[in-house]
Amino acid sequence: MGFVEPELNLSPKVSDEIRKTTCYMCACRCGIDVHMKNDKVAYIEGNRDHPVNKGVLCAKGSAGIMQVNAPSRLRAPLKRVGERGSGEFEEISWDEALQLAQDWLEPVHKENPEKLAFFTGRDQSQSFTSFWAQGFGTPNYAAHGGFCSVNMAAGGIYTMGGAFWEFGQPDWERTKLFMLFGVAEDHDSNPIKMGLGKLKERGAKVIGVNPIRSGYNAIADEWVGITPGTDGLFILSMVHLLLKAGKVDLNYLAQLTNAPALIDSTEGPNKGLLLRDNDGKLLVIDRKTGKPAAFDKHGITPDLAASYKGHRTVFQHLAERYMSDEYAPEKVAERCGITADRIRAIAADLARVAFDEAFELDQPWTDFRGNKHEKMIGRPVSFHAMRGVSAHSNGFQTCRSLHLLQIILGTVEVPGGFRFKPPYPKPVSAHPKPHYKVTPGAALDGPHLGYVQGPDDLCLKEDGSPARIDKAFTWENPMSAHGLMHMVISNAYAGDPYKIDVLFMYMANMSWNSSMNTGGVMKMLTDKDTNGEYVIPKIIYSDAYSSEMVAYADLILPDTTYLERHDCISLLDRPICEADGAADSIRWPVVEPDRDVRGFQSVLVDLGARMGLKGFVNEDGSAKYKDYADYIVNHERRPGIGPLIGFRGEDGLEEGRGKPNPDQMQSYIDNGGFYEISIPDGANFYKPWNAAYQDWAVKVGIYDTPQPYLFDIYSEPMRKFQLAAEGYGDRQPPDELRTRIKETLDPLPVWYAPFEDENVDTSEFNVHALTQRPMAMYHSWGTQNAWLRQIHGQNPLFVPTKLWEANGFNEGDWARVTSVHGAIVVPVAHMAALNENTIWTWNAIGKRKGTWALDEQAPEATKGFLLNHLIHELMPEKGDGMRWSNSDPVTGQAAWFDLRVKIEPCEAPNHCSPELPPIKSPVGQGPKNLEWKVGE
Amino acid sequence: MTTLPQTTEKKLGLVIDLDTCVGCHACVVSCKGWNTENYGAPLSDQDAYGADPTGTFLNRVHSYEVQPEEGPAQLIHFPKSCLHCDDAPCVTVCPTGASYKRQEDGIVLVNEDACIGCGLCAWACPYGAREMDQAAGVMKKCTLCVDRIYNENLPEEDRVPSCVRTCPSGARHFGDLGDETSEVSVLVAARGGMDLMPELGTKPVNKYLPPRPKDVVPELDILAPYLKPVADTQKGFLGWLDKALEKI
Repeated sequence: MGFVEPELNLSPKVSDEIRKTTCYMCACRCGIDVHMKNDKVAYIEGNRDHPVNKGVLCAKGSAGIMQVNAPSRLRAPLKRVGERGSGEFEEISWDEALQLAQDWLEPVHKENPEKLAFFTGRDQSQSFTSFWAQGFGTPNYAAHGGFCSVNMAAGGIYTMGGAFWEFGQPDWERTKLFMLFGVAEDHDSNPIKMGLGKLKERGAKVIGVNPIRSGYNAIADEWVGITPGTDGLFILSMVHLLLKAGKVDLNYLAQLTNAPALIDSTEGPNKGLLLRDNDGKLLVIDRKTGKPAAFDKHGITPDLAASYKGHRTVFQHLAERYMSDEYAPEKVAERCGITADRIRAIAADLARVAFDEAFELDQPWTDFRGNKHEKMIGRPVSFHAMRGVSAHSNGFQTCRSLHLLQIILGTVEVPGGFRFKPPYPKPVSAHPKPHYKVTPGAALDGPHLGYVQGPDDLCLKEDGSPARIDKAFTWENPMSAHGLMHMVISNAYAGDPYKIDVLFMYMANMSWNSSMNTGGVMKMLTDKDTNGEYVIPKIIYSDAYSSEMVAYADLILPDTTYLERHDCISLLDRPICEADGAADSIRWPVVEPDRDVRGFQSVLVDLGARMGLKGFVNEDGSAKYKDYADYIVNHERRPGIGPLIGFRGEDGLEEGRGKPNPDQMQSYIDNGGFYEISIPDGANFYKPWNAAYQDWAVKVGIYDTPQPYLFDIYSEPMRKFQLAAEGYGDRQPPDELRTRIKETLDPLPVWYAPFEDENVDTSEFNVHALTQRPMAMYHSWGTQNAWLRQIHGQNPLFVPTKLWEANGFNEGDWARVTSVHGAIVVPVAHMAALNENTIWTWNAIGKRKGTWALDEQAPEATKGFLLNHLIHELMPEKGDGMRWSNSDPVTGQAAWFDLRVKIEPCEAPNHCSPELPPIKSPVGQGPKNLEWKVGE
Repeated sequence: MTTLPQTTEKKLGLVIDLDTCVGCHACVVSCKGWNTENYGAPLSDQDAYGADPTGTFLNRVHSYEVQPEEGPAQLIHFPKSCLHCDDAPCVTVCPTGASYKRQEDGIVLVNEDACIGCGLCAWACPYGAREMDQAAGVMKKCTLCVDRIYNENLPEEDRVPSCVRTCPSGARHFGDLGDETSEVSVLVAARGGMDLMPELGTKPVNKYLPPRPKDVVPELDILAPYLKPVADTQKGFLGWLDKALEKI
């Protein structure tokens, strides 16, 4: 008798219901289908209709079920009862918690709002939190961009009115050569994986530039294992080669950038500024007449080669600079760790694809000058870059250099190249400037963050001292568009520029992986003054989980998980748009919290109303919004413009602009959690200059009037700071910063060595040390996830072959790693696919004992470690008694990747060092075993 | 001992593209999620928040470094799950008939009701593709999402294994490898798809597409014309510029 197969139910019921919302296992903002059984989360998969992920989902996203059940979730408001840092808390009611917060905050609001520092971490509601902080009246607000990737954002916006990730994307459908700089495995995680898949399917070429060959770089057709901090030099060497060979898109440069603008050569306060007409419009020389004309005049042919009364074009200046031998491949090869031949080969490949493989789309369009074009020219070369290039002290200029390369090849906003996503393109002039005017008991005079256009826009008090606690928008880092969250605790502790009373933070693990000098920060948070009072008097913190930061706060406002809350991923903030359309999305409580927790934004709405903050109360003083969901639907930033673009107007039929619609949230839920408006054909390329795009953008509320502009290859705002440093103007930098400003705020992209190279003896500290985030983890959050921690539960220090052999390392060995600031002892592992002078580890796997509901013997707490202990938030003193922030001098971006270390073998201990004492867990420890099945 | 079918009507399986897999573990966790909630016992986790967490996974990604004779080292991400072999030693070794290969489509399954948790099949599998669930005491393995691919409660486009549906880079393909005209068979033929350890005679149905050659730097003499300087001096460059602008 043969074998009889058992009967199977091949069509089991999948779920009772699918609830569609937005993922928040990282910052990618994918759409998810949450399958419910018995009102519990049973299974999570990608939403096929969603513009970001089109059905796919990463490891983190699928593991969301283990996040919503994580034992590390905070359960109720907590009031500190022991010493700070001990983890001794008592649970209190929300009434008591809100009363306490109000008692601490209200006097600050009424007497001196600058005594509150309110900073949020990886939150996706910045337009809302900033609105709250404006209402409170403090100048001290920012989100986490300063320690993340502000160089990338600011470099892009100051150069071309947009940057990578949520600002733009490669034309995945048409690009033939894709070059990836310094992108580890996150930052637009699923879209990049999907894009790479498309390129691979078509046989397009991928070049990965990264000291570490993992993740995306592992599948790159060519890998360039560059020396950290030298990307700008490599890029400018390619610019050198392309210029010399004439492989530049002259028409693109002449028509669409400020390359034909004329640089004032007259000695004096205007030297280096661009010539303008009486209306303030840039002047160019029209090749047809040889005469000056406004740049936007119909029918002109701006002349790149012109000189006018001794003033030469930007293009001539740039040609002169980059054609100099200083950028020759032979000159930069050794420093970059790339042979001269390799630099030539890549530059030639870029030229070949950009020009020999150029193509045309049969799509007429009209530019902002009113000139009609029959075709759209495509150049199928595209780029993407992220923290690897931006988290250096030369990161801003490196980002500018990369954009210069894109622009001279004519590959921005053209088919096959790099494309903006709404609300970008958006020129610097269309961004707000920073505001900082404090009035007791009143709101701030405008939004905190913005784009300065010169010294007049700096946030300085009348005595010239910084207006902001993080010293953003000061001479130390004038263009710090995202603030400097990494300096807040350090400055507040030092009382420099002033003392604060309340530190209020959200989703920011500042006593652990989100700070430089982690041990020092813990000390600053716990230190007391001579009166026995904490130096930073009051700390309020909101988090959903038992993170390391919880123990260092006095009052904990427990947040919900992402599946239990309302959110909007808004065009006022960081939306989910694609190059072919505007889109935004929501989160909604697909499950109700089973704990006494509240969404943080709803708590802010409540606190705002209690204190009568502007924007949070009606004229009669009553609360304006019931909760965050109510705000999302009913708030109007400008008449008709609210947080969400879809289902607006009383009948819910308007998009972009329209009155609030009380049914909007339900309409989003019914629509799968998002809303999309497609950009019409003919408007979806050449957006900064395309009249059809500009009109569409006005129609949907992105701008109020068309905002066409030229790309700023030459950055006039930067030149204005240089002029001040040269002694011109009323607002003058301190003498000790003049040289630095002149050198680093160069209006044409420039490369200088990372500051750490000057600050330490590079022959002693001869190794670069980096971190990367793994694809299956997101910062601290992954560790509490029972499934994800089985994938990345430990983080060895990866050592390249040369250093491995030189140190005689063997598997299972440990090493002491020392920087000028500190030392750590950690386990090592060999990795061959690595720059020979670079060591690295996974970011934020290491955990403090007692946190995240883990066993104190969890590998994350015994063998996991942070590099943060090796990095100081200040650069070393250099004989003048002064210490400057370890940040980019232009934007203040934390220069994490400047780090230099030395490595040596050491005896194997049983624990990484520094070893810190356990923190008492406010949530106990997770269960021993899991058999998680919620269905029958 | 359990017998294998002589032939199967279809040979359903996976084609995994090692040139495209970035090692993100999306497939690993999606599989864990679906199969915890569906076919048989949940995939349990021991010491889930402790010092030595170990759980059952039906699909894991391994990473291997390769040092070619010339050029830089490479990192290959290698997802591995049951290969649904035609000559599956895990089936023939099973003493109870719990392990079996379906006649209809060739999927190798474990009938958990008949599984005594002896572990012989895991020993017999040369690929290490089976894992004993410590909580349920039964052998777990890839089911090729047999409860998805025919599931009438799912939209037709979703009737694929969860790992395939979720893979962000499109490195995983599902289909009938017994049909030469199927998309997966065409892909295997075009890209030189390979068996894993063919010398063992297990005749795996799943195929791997090898990584394409990497770090083949183009010959500089072919590319050299692209970088030929247009002039020797700055003045000469301006002359070139002037002429070039005339042509626009």
